[in-house]
Amino acid sequence: MNRTVPDILAAHPGAGRDALIPLLQEVQEAEGYISRAAVAELGTHLDLPASRIYGVATFYNQFRFQPLGRYHVQVCRGTACHVKGSLGVFAAIKRTLKIEDGETSRDGLFSLEVVSCLGACGLAPLVAVNGQVHGEVTPESVVEILRRYRREGAVA
Amino acid sequence: MPMIEVNGRQVTAREGGTLLDALRRAGIQVPTLCHYEGLPPTGSCRLCVVEVEGAPNLVPSCSFPVSEGMRVQTHSPRAVRARKTIVELLLSNHPDDCLYCAQHGNCRLQDLSEDLGVRQRRLPGSRTRLPRDISSPAIVRDPDKCILCGRCIRACAEVQTVAAIDFTGRGSGTRVDTAFGEGLNISSCINCGQCVMVCPTGALTERSHLDQVESALQDPDLVPVVQVAPAISVSLAELFGEKPGRDVEGALNALLRRLGFARVFDTSFSADLTVMEEASELVARLQGAGPLPLMTSCSPGWIKFVETFYPDLIPNLSTCKSPQQMLGAIIKSRFAGIQGIDPARIYSVSIMPCTAKKFEAGRSEMLRGGLVDVDAVLTTRELAELVRRRGLKLGDQAPEPADMPFGRRSGAGKIFGASGGVTEAAIRTAHFLVTGRELEDLTVEPVRGPEGIKRARVQVGELELGVAVVSGLGNARRLLDEIREGRRDIHFVEVMTCPGGCINGGGQPIGTRPGAITARMRALYRIDKGETVRTAHANPAVRSLYADFLGEPLSGLSHELLHTHYEARTPLR
Ligand code: SF4
Ligand code: SF4
Ligand code: FES
Repeated sequence: MNRTVPDILAAHPGAGRDALIPLLQEVQEAEGYISRAAVAELGTHLDLPASRIYGVATFYNQFRFQPLGRYHVQVCRGTACHVKGSLGVFAAIKRTLKIEDGETSRDGLFSLEVVSCLGACGLAPLVAVNGQVHGEVTPESVVEILRRYRREGAVA
Repeated sequence: MPMIEVNGRQVTAREGGTLLDALRRAGIQVPTLCHYEGLPPTGSCRLCVVEVEGAPNLVPSCSFPVSEGMRVQTHSPRAVRARKTIVELLLSNHPDDCLYCAQHGNCRLQDLSEDLGVRQRRLPGSRTRLPRDISSPAIVRDPDKCILCGRCIRACAEVQTVAAIDFTGRGSGTRVDTAFGEGLNISSCINCGQCVMVCPTGALTERSHLDQVESALQDPDLVPVVQVAPAISVSLAELFGEKPGRDVEGALNALLRRLGFARVFDTSFSADLTVMEEASELVARLQGAGPLPLMTSCSPGWIKFVETFYPDLIPNLSTCKSPQQMLGAIIKSRFAGIQGIDPARIYSVSIMPCTAKKFEAGRSEMLRGGLVDVDAVLTTRELAELVRRRGLKLGDQAPEPADMPFGRRSGAGKIFGASGGVTEAAIRTAHFLVTGRELEDLTVEPVRGPEGIKRARVQVGELELGVAVVSGLGNARRLLDEIREGRRDIHFVEVMTCPGGCINGGGQPIGTRPGAITARMRALYRIDKGETVRTAHANPAVRSLYADFLGEPLSGLSHELLHTHYEARTPLR
C-alpha cells in the first residue's frame, strides 16, 4: 500500500503549479514528511525551483521536513489545553527531548508536533504518543511518560 | 499622455505607466525599498506610499497606475508619517550595529532613517538572533540585517533564473533562505553576487579576503603579485566620488605598488592569451574537433550554471580557463621560473569585479601540485576599502605603467570587461587565424551595447560565422533552450553571468547612479579605440610567451596550464 513519490506524481500527469500544496499533502501522507528527494521530484514535475517549494511548504505548519520518530509525540496547544497549562508541558517535552516542533531526535526515537485540538478537551492538557492519548498531564508526569517510551524503545 | 497634478505642479505621465514612474521622470523623490527597476512591482514594502485625492487610503506609487487628472501629494504629513513608521518598524528588529557593518555609509536603510528624521528607537521590538550563513566561498548572508524586501530573491530567480533563495516561513518567522536552510554553499547558488548588488542593507556581502591580503602584504617571506581585471580601471573611481566612466588605470597601478605589491600585472594580458587559445579552439571545432556552438568559459558563475542546470551542454564549453586563472597559472609557472622564486612563496592576488571569482580560484580543478594559482580575490569594493585602510587616495597618484611582460595588453583584452568584448576580440583573431589577414574594420558593432541578447553573422573567410552574445543568466537560459531544441546556425556563444558583463559584476560599486554601466562600457571601447595594438595575436608579450615558453596555442604546455575541465553538479535546484 506504500505509495512512493513517483506513484503520486504519476497519478497527476500534467499537474500545474497550483497543485503544489495538495501534492505536498499526499507526499507527507505517504512518507510522513517532505524529504529532499521528494522536493527534487516535485520540482521536476511542476517545473518549480526547490527553494520555492520549500518556501511554500514552510508557510504552513502542517508540513515537516524530518522523518517521524518511532514515537510521534503530539502536544495539544488548543484553547482548553492552554488554559490547563499546556505551555509548561510543551516546554518540558522540548527540554527533555531537545527538539523543537517539527523536529525528530537524532536517535530517531522521538518526533514532536504541536496540534490544535485532539478532541478530548475534558482531559486537558493532553499529549498523544503514536495516537495513544495521555490526559491531564503535568510537566513532571510528561517527563515520566517519555522516559517509559524511551525504555521501551531501547529494549525493542 | 495623461496629465496629473503632483504637489500642486503639472506633470506629464506615460500612458499605462505607474505613478512612481511618472514621479521619477519628473524628478520627484519618493523612497522605495522593494521596487526593482525593470521587473513588475510587488508592492510589498509600502515605503513608496503617497496620497491620491479621492482614494480612502494611501496608495503604493510603485504599483499604482496613473490616470488623467489624478491629484497627488507625495509628502503630505500622513504619507511621511506612514513612511517613517514603516522604517521604525524595520528598525525595531534591526541589530543596530552599523559601526561594524560592511555597508556602513552606503546603506539604504541608514539613508531612509536619516531622510525621515528617525532619531530614536521608538518601537523596541524583540530582536531575532539568527546565525550568519558563512558556508559560501563568495557570499555571506546575515539574516539579522535582512528587512525582507525580496530584492535578492528577484535578482536570483527572475534575472538569473537560479532561484537559490526564497522566502520561507510566515509572519514574524519569515526569512530569506535556501531550500531546507542548508546554506548557500550546497544550494544551487552560482556565486554571481547580483543579490549583493540589490540588497538595501548589509544582509548580503562578499566573503572578504581583505584580512588575509593585508597580512600577506606584511609577510617578508612572500612575494605579493597582483593582477587587475579589465573592468576595474573604469569602475574604481566611482568609489572615490568621481563620476562614472573615468579610466584610472595609471593611478591604479601606482596605488597597488603603494600597497606593497611587488608586481602589478594586467588580466587584460591574459584575456589576450584566452583569445589566442579560444579562437584556436573555435577554428579547430569548426574543422570538426568538438561540438558547436563553442561556449565561452571566462565567467565562473555561468560555468557553475551550466554544470548545474545544463550538464548535457558541458562539452560545448570552451576548455579555456578564465583570464584570472590563466594569469594565475603563468605567474606561478613562467614568472616564478624567470625570477627563480619558489611558486609557493608567491602570493597571487587578483582584483576582480566579481564575487564568483572567489569561488573559481578555489575550484579543485584549478589546483596544480596542491597549490592554488590565485591565493586571494578582492572585489572592486574591497580594493577601495584596502586603499582607505592604508590612508591612500586615488586622486593623489601619478599614473604608472603596469609591470612587464604580463602588464602588456591589446585593446582586445581590455574590452573583455563589457558584454560582447570576448566575442569581438575572438572574431578579430579567428579571422586572422583563418584567412591570414586582419579584419578591415576591427569594430564589430552588432555585439556591442547593453542589450541582454545580441546576435550577429560575420564573414570569416569562406564561412559565415553565427555568434550570439548574452549577459544575465535568464537570457542565457533562453538561448540554451533554443540550442537544446536544435538550433544549428550558431557557432560561437559568449555568456557573461552579470547583465552587461563584468562592468556590472557582483563585486562592483553598489548603488551606482543610473547610466553608470553604459559609461563604463563606453570607456572600455574608448580605450580600445585609442590603442595601437588592438588584436590579441599582435600583442608582443603574448607572442613572446608562445615563442619562449608555451610553444603554440593548444600545445601540450598550454593544455596543462591554461585549460581545464568541468563536472556536472547535482545540488537541490
Ligand atoms: S550569488 Fe547569484 S546565484 Fe547566489 S544567491 Fe545571489 S543572486 Fe542567487
Ligand atoms: S537579504 Fe537584502 S535584498 Fe534580500 S530580502 Fe533581505 S534586505 Fe532584501
Ligand atoms: S516600493 Fe512600492 S511597495 Fe515597495
